[in-house]
Amino acid sequence: MAKRIDATSVTAYYGSFKAIEDINLTVEPKTVTALIGPSGCGKSTFLRTINRMHEVLPGARVDGKLTIDDQNIYERDVDVTAVRRMIGMVFQRPNPFPTMSIFDNVVAGLRLNGVRRKSVLEDAAERALRSANLWDEVKDRLGKPGAGLSGGQQQRLCIARTIAVEPQVVLMDEPCSALDPISTLAIEDLMFKLKDRYTIIIVTHNMQQAARVSDRTAFFSIEQTGDPGRLIEYDDTQKIFSNPNVKKTEDYITGRFG
Amino acid sequence: MTTTTTAPPSTAPGQSPQLRTRRLPVVASLGIAVAAVVLSAAVVYGAGIGGTALVVALAVVFYLVGLFLASNAVEGRRQARNRTWSALIHSAFVLALLPLASVTWTLVSKGIERLDGNFFGTSMNNIGARDPNGGAYHAIIGTLEQVGVATLITVPLGIACAIYIVEYGRGRFAFTIRFFVDVMTGIPSIVAGLFVLAFWILIVSPYFNDGRPGYSGFAASLALSVLMLPTIVRSTEEMLRLVPAPLREGAYALGIPKWKTILRIVLPTALPGIVTGVMLAVARAAGETAPVLLVAGGGAAINFNPFENNQSSLALYVYQQAGDASRYAPARAWAAALTLVALVLILTIAAKLLARRNRFSR
Repeated sequence: MAKRIDATSVTAYYGSFKAIEDINLTVEPKTVTALIGPSGCGKSTFLRTINRMHEVLPGARVDGKLTIDDQNIYERDVDVTAVRRMIGMVFQRPNPFPTMSIFDNVVAGLRLNGVRRKSVLEDAAERALRSANLWDEVKDRLGKPGAGLSGGQQQRLCIARTIAVEPQVVLMDEPCSALDPISTLAIEDLMFKLKDRYTIIIVTHNMQQAARVSDRTAFFSIEQTGDPGRLIEYDDTQKIFSNPNVKKTEDYITGRFG
Repeated sequence: MTTTTTAPPSTAPGQSPQLRTRRLPVVASLGIAVAAVVLSAAVVYGAGIGGTALVVALAVVFYLVGLFLASNAVEGRRQARNRTWSALIHSAFVLALLPLASVTWTLVSKGIERLDGNFFGTSMNNIGARDPNGGAYHAIIGTLEQVGVATLITVPLGIACAIYIVEYGRGRFAFTIRFFVDVMTGIPSIVAGLFVLAFWILIVSPYFNDGRPGYSGFAASLALSVLMLPTIVRSTEEMLRLVPAPLREGAYALGIPKWKTILRIVLPTALPGIVTGVMLAVARAAGETAPVLLVAGGGAAINFNPFENNQSSLALYVYQQAGDASRYAPARAWAAALTLVALVLILTIAAKLLARRNRFSR
């Protein structure tokens, strides 16, 4: 079920500003890929091009080709909502829907896409919450507001919400940056578990996290402020963190710059 | 170094400031207050220049000055400024509250007299100048129907318009709409009434009325709609803008289409604020007199049909009774004014309760 992602000369703009230029990279199914790099280097922008979330902002557009199992998602006749159903996304800050209960949050994707049967929704909710390691903590208060959970629980709720629609790829944009170390550990454990079923791409500022969770690592960087971000190096995580090919990668990883 | 600005002047830069300072005892400010009142009374009555109001106003000024001087002497300049400004802000609050309390008191004390079953059960039909009876039944019906129809027209239209502006509108067209909504906010109600009179009553209504123009409650609803629409559009727009963008993106990322995101995620999140805006508009419309007088014509009899013949409204009723020569009319005017305020209050509370209760249903 998990999909292979192929980016060919992807370039993204915000209005006239070129945020990333000529990104070429392939992500194998059922792997965790980490995107690292200094702030403003375009790793989040690249992540958002993968599920066509980039174009939500006014004036934003994407050039190039991005295929999911040989299907270019930037073809004219591609349905954006179908792409996003296939490629889920978890954001930096937990964003549970404030007007909904925990249960409603988890099944929001299913229900708002037309699933009505209560038994189906309940099964899906339990499965998703179990996968997100949250079931035991919330099973007695599924009717309570989702915004009443702690930050780490909210983020796992958002992950549960994402995998409830059974996507094939899960994108994570700094999912732990607003969380404490214990919640971070819970989410990293979760990524190991989810990797069996999903292709995961994660943006992170935490080098140790990238080293811990990912199979492959992509290093993005910019020459200077105002320049577009570029992919500097993309290799096995082990290689990147022990013996990178490019000097710049080594400098960044050892903390000499960025 | 920042300590130099807040510490007493005795502390040199770099030296740690004194943490304990002398405080003005509570009795002192009370004493200053009493002294200020006595002094101001002595000045005012001694010179024979005014009454109680002037005594109070002057006492406040004396109190502020006395408090500043005393605090300055004991506690230092920063604390003195703090006390004076706090006292000023508190007096401003009381000053702002006074008219509201006064209006409420006047309304209740004068309106309660005729607030009886007869008032709610009868109209003004066949009530002569010497008749102490007579009520506002017809006016209550009129207000409820006119404002109700106007709300039915404007709420969907206004919310849809705000959604367009916030979620879909791009560039010049959306900007133009916003601009004209702003302009509409400033339309005087009499102009809205004249517009409906010229357009609906004189041009359109003859088609439904055997060729003769006719007043109707519905025409009043149209005029009220013109007044309510900009309020609803602007308040809804502000509320929709307050809904955080990550919420929308979270919904998009689940593959939820944009229209469903707006309907099921964005609108419910903004609902309490939207309800407040709608109720503000309803309250404004319920209090309008001029357009109703112009296009519904008023009237003394009960008319349940908003689409035909004259209708009155509570605001218009107040206006007419207040100007009536009968000695029983003023009491009716006050009772109707109290009814109007109570009606708006009840509607507002009900709407807020509904908006809150809906949050976690289903």
